[in-house]
Amino acid sequence: MSAPYRIKGNTGEWEVILGLEVHAQVSSKSKLFSGAPNDFGSEPNENVSLIDAGMPGMLPVINGYCVEQAVRTGLGLKAQINLRSVFDRKNYFYPDLPQGYQISQFLDPIVGKGTLCIDMPDGSTRDIGITRLHLEQDAGKSLHEHSPKHTFIDLNRAGIALMEIVSEPDMRSPEEAGLYVKKLRSIVRYLGTCDGDMEKGSMRCDVNVSVRKPGAPLGTRCEIKNVNSVRFMIKAIEFEAQRQVEILENGGKIDQETRLFDSSTGETRTMRSKEDAHDYRYFPDPDLLPLEFSQEFVNKIKATLPELPDDKKQRYINDLGLSPYDASVLVADQLTTQYFETIAAKHNAKLASNWITVGLFGRLNKAGLEIDASPISTDALSGLLALIEDNTISGKIANVVFDKMFETGKSAVQIVDEEGLKQVTDTGAIEKVIDEVIAANPDKVAEYRSGKDKLFAFFVGQVMKASGGKANPGMVNELLKKKLA
Amino acid sequence: MGNPTDFTLAEARDALKAKKLSSRELTQAYVSNIEKHNPALNAYITTTPERALKDADAADVRIAKGQAGALEGIPLAIKDLFCTNGVQTTAASHILKGFVPQYESFVTSKLWQAGGVMLGKTNLDEFAMGSSNTTSNFGNVINPWKAKGSTKDLVPGGSSGGSAAAVAARMCLAATGTDTGGSIRQPAAFCGIVGIKPTYGRCSRWGVIAFASSLDQAGMFARNVRDAAITQTVICGHDPQDSTSQLLAVPDFEKALSGNIKGLRIGIPKEYRVDGIDSEISALWDKGIGWLKSAGAEIIDVSLPHTKYALPTYYIIAPAEASSNLSRYDGIRYGQRVTPQGGSLTDMYCQTRAAGFGKEVKRRIMIGTYVLSAGYYDAYYKKAQRVRYLIAQDFKNVFEKVDALLTPTAPSAAFAIGENSDDPVKMYLNDVFTIPSSLAGLPALSLPAGLSDKGLPLGLQLIGKAFDEETVFRIAGVMEEAAQFKAVPQEVEA
Repeated sequence: MSAPYRIKGNTGEWEVILGLEVHAQVSSKSKLFSGAPNDFGSEPNENVSLIDAGMPGMLPVINGYCVEQAVRTGLGLKAQINLRSVFDRKNYFYPDLPQGYQISQFLDPIVGKGTLCIDMPDGSTRDIGITRLHLEQDAGKSLHEHSPKHTFIDLNRAGIALMEIVSEPDMRSPEEAGLYVKKLRSIVRYLGTCDGDMEKGSMRCDVNVSVRKPGAPLGTRCEIKNVNSVRFMIKAIEFEAQRQVEILENGGKIDQETRLFDSSTGETRTMRSKEDAHDYRYFPDPDLLPLEFSQEFVNKIKATLPELPDDKKQRYINDLGLSPYDASVLVADQLTTQYFETIAAKHNAKLASNWITVGLFGRLNKAGLEIDASPISTDALSGLLALIEDNTISGKIANVVFDKMFETGKSAVQIVDEEGLKQVTDTGAIEKVIDEVIAANPDKVAEYRSGKDKLFAFFVGQVMKASGGKANPGMVNELLKKKLA
Repeated sequence: MGNPTDFTLAEARDALKAKKLSSRELTQAYVSNIEKHNPALNAYITTTPERALKDADAADVRIAKGQAGALEGIPLAIKDLFCTNGVQTTAASHILKGFVPQYESFVTSKLWQAGGVMLGKTNLDEFAMGSSNTTSNFGNVINPWKAKGSTKDLVPGGSSGGSAAAVAARMCLAATGTDTGGSIRQPAAFCGIVGIKPTYGRCSRWGVIAFASSLDQAGMFARNVRDAAITQTVICGHDPQDSTSQLLAVPDFEKALSGNIKGLRIGIPKEYRVDGIDSEISALWDKGIGWLKSAGAEIIDVSLPHTKYALPTYYIIAPAEASSNLSRYDGIRYGQRVTPQGGSLTDMYCQTRAAGFGKEVKRRIMIGTYVLSAGYYDAYYKKAQRVRYLIAQDFKNVFEKVDALLTPTAPSAAFAIGENSDDPVKMYLNDVFTIPSSLAGLPALSLPAGLSDKGLPLGLQLIGKAFDEETVFRIAGVMEEAAQFKAVPQEVEA
């Protein structure tokens, strides 16, 4: 385990305590309580029903598919599924909230306690508690940029189903918070319950931040609203934790408040203080009966769950012999696992894993590409691995070939043929190079023979260099040993 | 043939079917009656005579083709709390003045599908909040009845006062109402007609402007029990757009009027003999008990021990729900808006709602907001919910022993306009007999049973088991027969 994350203050070290509230938009065709469509990118106010617009006499009716999606997500978080939950009204006035209240779940959420396991870079894991998951309606959007005098309202988002997923205050570093969000995103994507797209606003995070001296009781927290990328979230936490430490070390105290992260300055600022906090006057929505379903309904959904990242990872470690770290990198994304499994079916799994997590990811990162846009198809990479496995090329040459494949889109075989990169496995040819190297370095040969074993690597390097990297490294080793003996 | 408005709904229906009368003739007679009486009574906010005659002609065509629906050609009035496509719908509030829905409530859709003719939208207490129809932004409704030897204007009851007055004054054959704590039954009693509030979940609330969602229920006003049964049958039924609407078959309530109640057990709840009850009403109640006995029913004294908590419980739950339901009237998307010069968004909300809502509505929004606020929720709203459960349990217990309950509908006859208006609590007491069954969601009907010494109608209430409107109608039919209530308001005689 790596050292715990600490902020160094003037009075010593501080620990950061983090809890997350993630709003994940349910993947569904229509909204939570109206038949209006969910399409992203429609014209303003195109997807608005009479219910979404809060017209007089309109009533909500629960969308059963959204309930299924919430249950599916709960099962993915190994959480308690509540067979009876209640929709409450959260009352407040805002122009983009047409009903004057948001239908949410307050006291009795659909999903209770669960766990999310995060994968640390050192290969270890940490369990983060899930407090609850509940269903609620999204609000519309207020647009202030079109006119200095008027606010425009777009109700397309009003009434869309969100899952609010609340964590326990179990995270201790910005990195853990980032890993939590990534893992949550990975799980909902596996489940198909949310597209996890933070840019489109399908996943939005609020972060609760407090600091304390290690071992001391919990400090007062601030909530940072609507951090819309993992990178910004980490920045926001770093800034906020530092701000709190400075206040406390200067003898001040933290006001419990809601703060907003400004990505242009990297700072957080007060949005509303505790005194200004709304009294939402939650009460059970009398238009809706309690949400009740049977254990069979849950079991049916359970039977359709895909293999989730944690299980997949365990399988990769146990059955394929991958390292925990490599396994966690591969399972983070479903497309990657598909890519990997296609190749691992034909080749050594470890070799496949290495060439994907290091070779392919490195190049994709550099090119700013995601795996679904990879210029190297599974067949192409498979072709390269075949050449390594049958000793046609060495790993080192394979790297060169991979670069060329990435650039040109040509197959590994074609590149090796065209550039004459085939590995030299002819004993005579290798011996000839070895003889030349020995002849050119009489001093080193003498030193080696007098006991300086470390020089062996030098000779290997010289031989490989002289062969243009093409000599089979195993044979070089073997023949060198003989010649130097 | 006399004036076609003398026909009851059942008679008119049969006459139309037999082609002794056309819907146009019938409708024209009602349009004329509206012209004659409405200026004095103010029962309608909006009249739609052109639409009515068009509906009537279409009905006549369907009758001629033999395609008549259950209410084909019958002129009806609609409480202005039901959204009607293309016709202004106000809830009697300034804030919705000029609001024209582009959709039709489920209940009124059913009436039109059955062939009903729309005469217009009736007045009510603002957002159905009141027991005297004196909180409307469109003026008071005047009860067509006057006390003997008096010209003093009396209230028609509320909140569905316009509908009740319209039926009593023969400005329609039947009218829709909504009942949250007595808003159909009390005005029915005050106006000498029949009013039925069905079981909660019988009628869809879709398209009905909400007051208190867990209590609101649509029902009908008519001149007699049979007419109420005919119309109520039409508006009941499951609606997937209302999550609280029950998926149950709707019986033909008219068929329940067998005239036979032999062996039925009728409960008389002792807690309804409250202090301050009019002695005339007490006497009428005893009379009603006598009629039931004579008809062969068994009278059983029962107890509903939590009755005394019903009124305070109601005045926590109903305002709580109302405070939230009325949040949507913010001037942003429809209705009236006040835009203060240089003011903030909050100023706009405040001024819009200050100008848009009347005093009683504001009072209930404030009560409701208070009982739901942090720190008060448990003491008020939560406790009220628990008491509501106990009240429902009371009924459940007695309904193991009896088939229905008989009580007075209201503690007094219609009172003068302005009376009780300085004291909201006194006004709220009007609903003391109707509220408990509302909290329990039970069906209840008020029928005219006699006249007071002053010549004003008095009503008795029958409360039934959940979804057993049939028994309620059956008993009501027998009592109506016994009561022989033939009086008509002076306004009609004139």
